Amino acid sequence: MASEGWFRKRSKFSGAPAEQVTNAVPEGVATKCQRCTQILFTKDFEKNLKVCPQCGFHHKLTADERIDYTVDDGTFAGLSDNLVSVDPLQFPEYQAKLEKGRQTTGMNDGTRIGVAEIRRVPCVLGVTDFRFMGGSLGSVCGEKIVRAFEAGAERGLPVVFFIASGGARMHEGLLSLMQMAKTSAAVAAFGRHSLPYLVVMTDPTTGGVVASYASLADIILAEPEALIGFAGARVAAQASTQKPPEGYQTAEWQLGRGQVDQVVHRRDLPDTIASLLLLLGCRQSERTIDEEVEEDEVLSEVGVGQ
Amino acid sequence: MASKTVLDFERSIADLDENLSKLREIVADRSNPENTASLPGEIASLEEHRVAILRELFARLTPWDKVLLARHEKRPYTLDYIGNMMTEFEELHGDRTYSDDGAIVAGLARIDDIPIVVVGHQKGRDIKQRQQRNFGYARPEGYRKSGRVMKLAAKFNLPIVTLIDTPAASADVGAEERGISEAIAHSMYDMSLLPVPIVSAVIGEGGSGGALGLAVADRVLMLEHSVYSIIPPEGCAAILWRDPERKIEAASALKLTAQNALDLGIIEEIVPEPLGGAHRDYVAVAETLRDALVRHLHDLMGKSGDELVQLRYQRFRSIGRYIEAPVGGNHNGHKPVGDA
Repeated sequence: MASEGWFRKRSKFSGAPAEQVTNAVPEGVATKCQRCTQILFTKDFEKNLKVCPQCGFHHKLTADERIDYTVDDGTFAGLSDNLVSVDPLQFPEYQAKLEKGRQTTGMNDGTRIGVAEIRRVPCVLGVTDFRFMGGSLGSVCGEKIVRAFEAGAERGLPVVFFIASGGARMHEGLLSLMQMAKTSAAVAAFGRHSLPYLVVMTDPTTGGVVASYASLADIILAEPEALIGFAGARVAAQASTQKPPEGYQTAEWQLGRGQVDQVVHRRDLPDTIASLLLLLGCRQSERTIDEEVEEDEVLSEVGVGQ
Repeated sequence: MASKTVLDFERSIADLDENLSKLREIVADRSNPENTASLPGEIASLEEHRVAILRELFARLTPWDKVLLARHEKRPYTLDYIGNMMTEFEELHGDRTYSDDGAIVAGLARIDDIPIVVVGHQKGRDIKQRQQRNFGYARPEGYRKSGRVMKLAAKFNLPIVTLIDTPAASADVGAEERGISEAIAHSMYDMSLLPVPIVSAVIGEGGSGGALGLAVADRVLMLEHSVYSIIPPEGCAAILWRDPERKIEAASALKLTAQNALDLGIIEEIVPEPLGGAHRDYVAVAETLRDALVRHLHDLMGKSGDELVQLRYQRFRSIGRYIEAPVGGNHNGHKPVGDA
């Protein structure tokens, strides 16, 4: 249930910070695809939303990249960014890990929530940053998730969450575990308002997060090949005589098991989300859409996706 | 209950127990030449000595000792408690979709004359039972059976008692294929909306999401030597120190005892166990637990369904420790707004 270390890495490159694998070329100019190892111009790679143009691998995004790639320019207004994790159990190494997470991300904790517009559809948006302790669910994250639902209910807006989390945060013990119940109850309470709740499961969506609020959405989308599952393949192999099948716990496998509504390319997510929200009765704002048109043109120039 | 399984810290009393039972046999046997007038006195003083040792041992149990006690193979399980503290138990099987999970039992019963729905994790005693119960690792169909039976409680306005005793939810391939994550999540979701009283008691191992999946309750109690944890100490030690053998340290770090849970505001009450642990007296521990459950049920049964749901929501809504820093902190230039 707890995050970190439970999941075997997909390949020897998976999860390695980009700067460690680009030492052959001037720093920052080129990026190597973590899966096919193709060398890419960082500029093109980023324009391509960090999806490898060669093999289609969806690289992990920071919370702010996710927001930039998803919402209409300048529409995101953060909520409750000032919540700070404490160390209630005086747990070994926790303070140092929190400090490292803060240094790496510039965030107080791994989750950002806020009000935004996606293709002119106003919503409450939540994103997790995997770099902050594996995007793990602790007291701060749980509180922010609940506040996102409360903000949605108060403002009559749908709630959209992008998940990137290894699970519940071991370092806060039972307090973290209880966030599973707290967030699940918040989804249930939000359900009374007949407002859509949509989740996008990205790599990874596992442990106590997939076993709570992430799996309770009205609509569940997933990015291609994202790892989605309760416990890792290694644990599964130990727990059963059955060998985990090919593609175990990928987004596509979960689609086949009935746990995901659609697997959607990163490039298409904003349109798909907006389309679904509109079909479920949400309304577009009156703003003009010039910026998005420009953005789309740029994307088609660099040949997004395969 | 004479226990064959002896934990390290129990060893000193195990010998005493053996001597005592031999002496008692002699006293019971009038024809035995060793049966002298002084024997009853000796037995009494040995018994006193035994109680003193037990008291001392159990006063300084470490968190890891509690983990061992919670996993003790003689510890009473859900069906033992149902048998000893409820009447008219009628078990209800199956999730009506796929299967019947042996690791979760559910049914109707009466506790102190109150008709209730009871759901609990079930471990097995012998190899065959353990396989049938999957060692208490519940599968999706277990949570779905629980959900189905809890809906009966809502329909017929029956309070719910759940008994928690699982190492974790099942992580096997089949469980994943049938949506173990969704099953646990949905169980918590459903429990948060049920308009009837729910009281949960952790009787052994409160193992992570698999435990919490049956414990979204108005009141959560823990037996004195039960544990409730986000991860088993072995797993925690493996992650933290890459060394599962440092489980003893991990057990302390995780704050998984009943006293820890009470201090953290996660549970309402610790239910005392007989001296030496629940496995030494099934009947006594069941009586104590029954009294506590009934007291909480009576307390909750006066409330309306809406009120229960509201209070239960607030109970979980308020769990968490964090600080709210003054607005305007460090955020990559993002300016916090709104209710921050």
